[in-house]
Amino acid sequence: MKHLFAFFLLVLAAALPATASDTPLKDPVQEAAARELMKEIRCLVCQNQSIEDSNADLAKDLRDIVREQVALGATPDQVRAYLVDRYGDWVLLKPPVNRLTWFLWGSPFLVLGGVLIAVVSSRKKAAVSEPLTSEEQARLDELLRAAPESDQIKGSEKQ
Amino acid sequence: MIAELGHFALIVALMLAILGATVPHYAIFRRDTRLMALSDPFAYGQFFMAATAFGALMYSYIISDFSVLNVAANSHTSKPLLYKISGVWGNHEGSLLLWVLILTLFAAAVAWRGKGLPLRFRSRVLAVQSTLCIGFLMFIIFTSNPFLRLDPAPFEGNGLNPLLQDPGLAFHPPMLYIGYVGLSIAFSFAVAALIEGEVTPLWARWVRPWTLAAWIFLTGGIALGSWWAYYELGWGGWWFWDPVENASFMPWLAATALLHSSIVVEKRDALKSWTILLSIIAFSFSLLGTFLVRSGVLTSVHAFAVDPERGVFILGFLAIVIGGSLALYAWRAPRLTPSGMFGVVSRESALILNNVLLSTFAAVVLVGTLYPLVLEAINGTQITVGPPFFEFAATVLMSPLIVALGFGPLLAWKRGRISRAAQVLIPAAIVGVVTFWLVIWDKAGGIMMTGFGLALAAWLMVSVLMEIAERTKLFKNPKKFLTRLVRLPRATWGMSLAHFGLGVIVLGITVSEAWTSEQLRVMSPGDTAEVAGFEFKLEGVEPIAGPNYTAVRAAFTVTRNGELVAPLYAEDRVFSDPPMPTTEAGIYPLFRGDLYAVIGEYLGDNRWSVRLYFKPFISGIWVGAGLMVLGGIISLSDRSRRIGAPAGRRRSKPKQPAVPVGQTQEG
Amino acid sequence: MTGFKRFIPLLIVLLLGAVFFKSMTDGHNPKEIKSVRIDKPAPVFSLRLLADEKIQATDAILKTGKPVLVNFFASWCAPCRAEHESLMTLAFDKGIPIIGIAYKDDPIKSQRFLDSLGNPFAQVVVDRAGRAGIDWGVTGVPETFLVDGDGIVRYRHWGPIVGDAAIGRVMAAVEDLE
Repeated sequence: MKHLFAFFLLVLAAALPATASDTPLKDPVQEAAARELMKEIRCLVCQNQSIEDSNADLAKDLRDIVREQVALGATPDQVRAYLVDRYGDWVLLKPPVNRLTWFLWGSPFLVLGGVLIAVVSSRKKAAVSEPLTSEEQARLDELLRAAPESDQIKGSEKQ
Repeated sequence: MIAELGHFALIVALMLAILGATVPHYAIFRRDTRLMALSDPFAYGQFFMAATAFGALMYSYIISDFSVLNVAANSHTSKPLLYKISGVWGNHEGSLLLWVLILTLFAAAVAWRGKGLPLRFRSRVLAVQSTLCIGFLMFIIFTSNPFLRLDPAPFEGNGLNPLLQDPGLAFHPPMLYIGYVGLSIAFSFAVAALIEGEVTPLWARWVRPWTLAAWIFLTGGIALGSWWAYYELGWGGWWFWDPVENASFMPWLAATALLHSSIVVEKRDALKSWTILLSIIAFSFSLLGTFLVRSGVLTSVHAFAVDPERGVFILGFLAIVIGGSLALYAWRAPRLTPSGMFGVVSRESALILNNVLLSTFAAVVLVGTLYPLVLEAINGTQITVGPPFFEFAATVLMSPLIVALGFGPLLAWKRGRISRAAQVLIPAAIVGVVTFWLVIWDKAGGIMMTGFGLALAAWLMVSVLMEIAERTKLFKNPKKFLTRLVRLPRATWGMSLAHFGLGVIVLGITVSEAWTSEQLRVMSPGDTAEVAGFEFKLEGVEPIAGPNYTAVRAAFTVTRNGELVAPLYAEDRVFSDPPMPTTEAGIYPLFRGDLYAVIGEYLGDNRWSVRLYFKPFISGIWVGAGLMVLGGIISLSDRSRRIGAPAGRRRSKPKQPAVPVGQTQEG
Repeated sequence: MTGFKRFIPLLIVLLLGAVFFKSMTDGHNPKEIKSVRIDKPAPVFSLRLLADEKIQATDAILKTGKPVLVNFFASWCAPCRAEHESLMTLAFDKGIPIIGIAYKDDPIKSQRFLDSLGNPFAQVVVDRAGRAGIDWGVTGVPETFLVDGDGIVRYRHWGPIVGDAAIGRVMAAVEDLE
């Protein structure tokens, strides 16, 4: 059934009539602004592409809408709001910072902070290692006396 | 008959894997060396059986045996031979079989080349590797059998996804898989070390070449994949931060961190616990990648057909492997006490900083990739985490890494002096700052980020050169420079090349992002368009026919100041089986940048929509990746790095760093 | 790593595993984009009728005081053909009025499509440019919306309504309103 549906989607994509015009705006400044916006809008029928990067018919329609709105003088925020109104935050490749995404946007700093704290605390622990017992001290003295030329002191893995 | 042979071989392989996963533990328990030695033949046997099965499937593809369901679903008689062969791994079942083949190949390589390892440890490693094999073989046999028959056999197959019918993509998956699966060796070594409760510098000596080999393939595979996206998807992009791309990038980051942390284990007997954890994490990321591609929890252009039953199976397997090894880690980690001490400013600390930043970045990529999924599971909200987030994270975390990278190799082990390193690096810092101001002042792409990126690239590349100059005493005694240069250890060459490659990548990304020129035009034959000083003339558009596709081909000639630069051919192909359009961008790489042309839709009246680009220095991205791969290979070829080398080294001093500290290699 | 820290990786992995398991087994399609139109007024539109190009219909036709289904379809869409029988059932057996919106389709072809398969729609309007589709947040055809008597969108069915289970879900949503 899933395969069948995938097939339908393919047919759908192939059979969609091309009605979108997809022609650049006359004003190069506006066109550049529109293109920047398109890079931030997710294509709805293809996966993880922006509408700028998609041949899908719906992506072309959305490109037309973005151009239209920019030509009418809408600000980038207004264009985004127009699309979010219809498709939700899902269409934005750059998720807005809000109470649902603060962890996401904060994650580089949170993770880095956490890792740094872990590193520093484990280094402290290693640095302040326990003092030698009298037995160990005696053995150390013995070794230091016995082995000035020996470089063969074994690693102390198992002690 | 051949297909049945393949099926049979899989079942035999599973039985050998079960034996290989259990007998060594029992043998070690009984201290029976003869029984322990059996782990080698079990490994060879598994490899032989997996190779037989893989060969059987490949044979079925080559002769187009459509009575095999997998062949009928994914192949076609009209396909060129190369794509019949690459079709074997272009689908879920076949790619899993390739995965198992590589897994057993690595196990056999450990059995063959690992005679220098203590027998007890080697059989532990092979037992862990066999356990991984059990999981994948069961997955294949019970949910994804590529040898199922189809009766009656169809006359023709469905064909392979045309996007995959491309030389770049024919070799991209195997390379990536060798990289993914190569990390299983580090994993098996780590788990075996946890079971044994001991990590020695020798352990790191052993793990490093395998990790390096896996890293080389991962780097190459990822670069190949992005190059493919660049010329085949036809949008001029080369990295989309798609979940599946991220799934290949996370193991790469972890493997890169592991390469660096295992140096510390090997040379200084420190960071052991962390390195073990990283070995487990690196391979876990590989497993996560295969899971994401096959479970359907995330959508991606790269995903295989979705089947919930398979997803649940592989999730269970993942839970056992990753959860089990991490539980083992939690239990045994306290035994791994650090012993090497070092100061705050030292090579060790620089490598720790490298690890902190790389692993943080890997974790953040994981957060970004899975955030939509987790958020939807918790609260039902759908959001998208796209390239802007990942680019933000990369900037925040990778810039300090690059700055630190200049310093790291110049710091001494145990206790270094930052002032000494800083002296050497003054020229690099000057070049970096000047680059930054030039960009800001010139305002050509006049934004902060461009200046920043270029400054980082310049800093990194100059610092690598300065470091070589320092090692060869170029300024103190220039006469002997050449002899010293030639005598530098190959591992040093490898490190420098790889670091320089990173600089070239940063340069390529920054320059192409900032100064790409683009024209979106409607053109008829004879029309010209100017892009970045190049005149693109559309000479004509003609239909052509390939073996299993038809296409329109647009011929451009590109001139500059009236002189011919290059002809460009861009194609828009329509494949017949399955019906699907693909674009082949026309690309001509010049030293200063790529000419790039894509033909789009026919708009009637002899007019075509056309995209033309000039992408300055974009090839730096792949040249840089190539340098990294080359650096890895050179480092791997170093005698002391060779996979069998520890056998020779062991004779002298097993637990001391085998290379004198003065002769340090990489950092 | 000692103490509690060493358990952190394991805990993260277990949590992720639980999330994966949930999202794999709760039967949702990752390709489905949830509608943000639910519980909001239906979008304003003014589109010509398929039956008569001179007559413009507006969103007022949705505000009948009774639940209405709005179905986006097109003659070029294979899944629409597959769901057509279900629409007939909903319209004639269950007695729910359906407004059809012909999405990006040639009106002549839409008419031919309905002539050959039967017409389940109370009214059909023409969205030639697909702009109404975008206003409704449609990502592909077919999609079906349930609008209550006050013109508020209450439910959206994504993809074709095929099979008794799908019809049941639509009917359950209708009954919820009553």
